Amino acid sequence: MTTLDSSKEIQKNNSEVNETHEDFRMFGLITFLIADGMTFAGFFAAYLTYKAVNPLPDGAIYELELPIPTLNTILLLVSSATFHKAGKALLKDKKSDSQKWLFFTAFLGIIFLICQLFEYFHLPFGLTDNLFASTFYALTGFHGLHVTLGTLMILIIAWQSRINGGRLSSQNIFPLEAVELYWHFVDGIWVILFIILYLL
Amino acid sequence: MTISIDPQKTNNESLQPKGWLRYFSFSLDHKVIGIQYLVCGFLFYLIGGTLASAIRIELASPMSDFMPRDVYNQVLTLHGTIMIFLWIVPVVNGAFGNYLIPFYVGARDMAFPRLNAVAFWLIPPSGLMLVASYFVEGAAQAGWTAYPPLSITTPQSGQIIWILSVLLLGGSSIFGGINFIATIIKLRRPGLKLMQLPMYCWAMLGTSLLVVLSTPVLAGTLILLSFDIIANTGFFNPVLGGNVVVYQHLFWFYSHPAVYIMVLPAFGLVSEILPVHARKPLFGYTTMVFSIMGIVVLGLVVWAHHMFTSGTPPWMRLFFTIATAFIAVPTGIKFFNWVATLWGGKISINSAMLFSCGFIINFVFGGITGVALAQVPFDIHVHDTYFVVAHFHYIVYGGTVFIIFSSIYHWFPKVTGKMFNEKLGILHFIITFIGFNLCFAPQHWLGLNGMPRRVAEYDPQFQFVNQISSLGALLMAISTIPFLINVFLSVRNGKDAGDNPWNALTPEWLTSSPPPVENWEGESPLVEEPYGYGKEISEQK
Repeated sequence: MTTLDSSKEIQKNNSEVNETHEDFRMFGLITFLIADGMTFAGFFAAYLTYKAVNPLPDGAIYELELPIPTLNTILLLVSSATFHKAGKALLKDKKSDSQKWLFFTAFLGIIFLICQLFEYFHLPFGLTDNLFASTFYALTGFHGLHVTLGTLMILIIAWQSRINGGRLSSQNIFPLEAVELYWHFVDGIWVILFIILYLL
Repeated sequence: MTISIDPQKTNNESLQPKGWLRYFSFSLDHKVIGIQYLVCGFLFYLIGGTLASAIRIELASPMSDFMPRDVYNQVLTLHGTIMIFLWIVPVVNGAFGNYLIPFYVGARDMAFPRLNAVAFWLIPPSGLMLVASYFVEGAAQAGWTAYPPLSITTPQSGQIIWILSVLLLGGSSIFGGINFIATIIKLRRPGLKLMQLPMYCWAMLGTSLLVVLSTPVLAGTLILLSFDIIANTGFFNPVLGGNVVVYQHLFWFYSHPAVYIMVLPAFGLVSEILPVHARKPLFGYTTMVFSIMGIVVLGLVVWAHHMFTSGTPPWMRLFFTIATAFIAVPTGIKFFNWVATLWGGKISINSAMLFSCGFIINFVFGGITGVALAQVPFDIHVHDTYFVVAHFHYIVYGGTVFIIFSSIYHWFPKVTGKMFNEKLGILHFIITFIGFNLCFAPQHWLGLNGMPRRVAEYDPQFQFVNQISSLGALLMAISTIPFLINVFLSVRNGKDAGDNPWNALTPEWLTSSPPPVENWEGESPLVEEPYGYGKEISEQK
């Protein structure tokens, strides 16, 4: 978000230097994330409507175990913090620190995915068993897809923040900030999903 | 942080193909992309129009004799999908938006040129895929709404290709929307205030907000629908405990705003065209801006008026009726403003002006039937009849397509540097206007008398009126001929138009025709009063 703030001042100076313009890549990314958030909003709305108006058949299982998803929530929240650490380190040009934090964040993301798969394999229902099961897998699966993409992007920027030849630096921090914002977004969606799907 | 314009980039531009070949390249120039959108959209319009002709030939007689019934369903589905997703949305947003918005904000290109090119190049493959699905076990048959359970029970491959194609087109639309929002908000020339922007910028800002907020919901819904079709889940399948009405809610949460996505840009374009050809400032600039934003907000909360017969609870009917009726207020303000813009103006009767006036007449008619349809007792009576068909064709054809033609005539001299033949343009308007009204006005009567839509056969008592309608469709098909002749002859041998043949004040006319690659030779001009015609009667500050 620092990009947006620092760009304000430069915008004022823009009238003299005609051939530069403000960096609005972060603005574009935020717009995209709003759109992405609307996809989740549609899924949540569908799920809540089903819950309200579509009774499940007798004997359908819709109780979920809490330990694994709670662990997953903690994993993602911690990973948001470690990602923030990585950004701080890169701003001070401590590239190896930054890379360490990034790898740790990616590691937490991978653990999240493994826990999620573990939960999938031990649940007593499958995708087509009933409406609740289908919605459960659609929602968590769509979120898991986001986590997978995020983890891949974190690994890419971790590779790019290596000391010799990495393209990230305190001068070129946008890729890290972009992935960080995306990662916070995915975490935020998980918290909402956790509340709606597991706790309600 | 700023981004300096890399001199390397300009060199790369010059490496791209010149002349007509650049229209087939991954060009980053917003003007080339705009023309790509327009021509690609027009080709799909010809395909969609051919399908419409097939529908009207079939309906000239009460029996299903011209084509089998399942083919009729496929033709109907393809006609709707192509016209909406491949002609109107890409052209009225992508084509004119890409061409004009950078000029209006005083920029050299869109905010994200590469994303822009990606957004365009998603369209031809998905369009071809959609058309080709006819030859693979038949195209989708469930109409452009793809309501389950119909879309689950009809042949699978066509429906799945339809979903894939619409998902790609939705992605293209979202990328375009992000680009327009960033360009209008962030890329304005220093010194240019928001309230000095030409009205089309405001229309595109509102439209892009709708695109970004509602298209993703459609994408999510179609993904769930494809699960129902492929993976045998039961989201929308009542047999498996699902709920079809949830699909309708999610679908119309996109598809009602989609009407505004198709029509708001047309509102913006007509606001550019009328002041130029009436030599008067646009009446009520500020109310226009607030009307657009009012339509955006209201447009997001009226979707269930498409579902009054789907077992909607009474409170929902009440809410959505009132919200829908409210939309008439900002829309009405805009129409009074346009009429007031024309009032006492020095009006030139040319092709662009005629099509714009045709738009006002047709759209008022479509708007009135729209308010009528929002009333539950009336809507239940005419739901799924030809009355609805007539209503929305008055909105999307009589409204938006008339403005597309008006805009093509208005900006033809700018884009090509050549003048078109005014007489052929006026002939085009006369045939289109008569043909359109002959085709769709009688359908109100058919609907009121109970002729259902989307069916290949009908009660023989409706034959005569249907034949009048088909005659109108024939005229509409013929009207394309003078247009095509006009465009081809004028591009080849038209007279030089000069930089500003209409003496217009908006920024795109202040550069050469056709404009150079980065829009302006020097710095971009600062246009503070885009509608400052005849200062002494100006309504503006």
